[in-house]
Amino acid sequence: MSFTLPELPYAYDALQPYMSKETLEYHHDKHHAAYVNTGNTLMQGTEFEGKSVEEVVKGSYGKNQPLFNNAGQHYNHLHFWKWMKPKGGGAIPGELEKKIISDLGSVEKMKEDFVAAGVGQFGSGWAWLAVKDGKIAIMKTPNGENPLVHGATPILGCDVWEHSYYIDYRNRRPDYLKAFLNDLVNWEYVAELYGNAGH
Amino acid sequence: MISRRLVLTGAALISASAAIPRAFAQAPAGPFTLPPLPYPVNKNEPHIDAMTMELHHDKHHAAYVKNLNDAVAGNADLAKMPLQDMLANLAKVPDSLRTVIRNNGGGHANHTMFWQIMGGAGGMPTGEVKTAIERDLGGFAAFQTAFNTAGEKQFGSGWVFVTVDRAGKLALVAKPNQDTPLMEGERVLMGNDVWEHAYYLKYQNRRPDYLKAWWNVLDWAKIGERYAAAKAGTLTI
Ligand SMILES: [Fe+2]
Ligand SMILES: [Fe+2]
Repeated sequence: MSFTLPELPYAYDALQPYMSKETLEYHHDKHHAAYVNTGNTLMQGTEFEGKSVEEVVKGSYGKNQPLFNNAGQHYNHLHFWKWMKPKGGGAIPGELEKKIISDLGSVEKMKEDFVAAGVGQFGSGWAWLAVKDGKIAIMKTPNGENPLVHGATPILGCDVWEHSYYIDYRNRRPDYLKAFLNDLVNWEYVAELYGNAGH
Repeated sequence: MISRRLVLTGAALISASAAIPRAFAQAPAGPFTLPPLPYPVNKNEPHIDAMTMELHHDKHHAAYVKNLNDAVAGNADLAKMPLQDMLANLAKVPDSLRTVIRNNGGGHANHTMFWQIMGGAGGMPTGEVKTAIERDLGGFAAFQTAFNTAGEKQFGSGWVFVTVDRAGKLALVAKPNQDTPLMEGERVLMGNDVWEHAYYLKYQNRRPDYLKAWWNVLDWAKIGERYAAAKAGTLTI
């Protein structure tokens, strides 16, 4: 099984004004496509050919850096498109909300700490909500890394590479992160991943 | 230092024009100051657009300077230390300040160098720098190819640098984020910023096109001054 680029689950202009059509066109059609294509090229003839993206991410970490970079970014972007939806950012499904409050203090505190993680990720990377040892935790990772290689299961991630927000927000990464949480997140998909995370 | 004087002269010229509000926006609030761009923001058009230059200098570089000043504010020893010494001795910086100084001190040093070496008309290196490139980097064409390849391969944010030692010997090195060869006590002759903020408005995902175009805005006379300063032991950041 090689990597394939999924279609966006909504129209390119569906996330405006929080994320522009132009941003999604470059981000999906160019950046994600390049991770898929480069990942496939780098996998050819290796032990990873035919493995699932999760297996490639975990198996190549610390062993095959160029493949890991692209496999990690393929995994991250596969979910990133689904972590957003038009008119997103609304109410968090009950069970997940309870767990967030119990593990992270409150929904407001979770948002504050998630933004701080994204702002504090110096350079390119990601901010996360992940399930680790039965608890929801806030994490941040550089470049293509994700919680999978740190013994955790990601349930929400925000891409803080500048390509994700530079057209729409320029240098204002905090504004992008706030818009992501308040107006874009698809909490139903986050809840689904939380349900699958085996807590 | 020669280039410092040139920087100030350039700033004086700019401040007579539309750049006045920009120049006055940076009140010095600590030992480190944002050097004014030594040329108008549109000087590197069409290869680097004016909007990118303005955001890059006035927002990104300014933030590194502010964060660096904030970091050293409560530490008199650090506040009076030259930046190149601080970066060469990060291990001795207090744990609580090391990362913020590495990131923002690196960012301040890298961008200060970056503005200096641009604003020119590109072309070929001359004089001692030309000779050194032929001797140490396989000639100008091979050097450009190797430099651009290093820039394409730097996954995520980072820089490509040419280092220069006291004997004038050159070497190519790429670094992530705002790390710099200054952190190994080396000196930087020149370098290119491959953070996406350096090119995204004009080149989007096409980093290779940006890397190729960048050579057209280099000021080889300035690079020659840095080379001479390195050999004289007076090059700082
Ligand atoms: Fe991305
Ligand atoms: Fe930069």
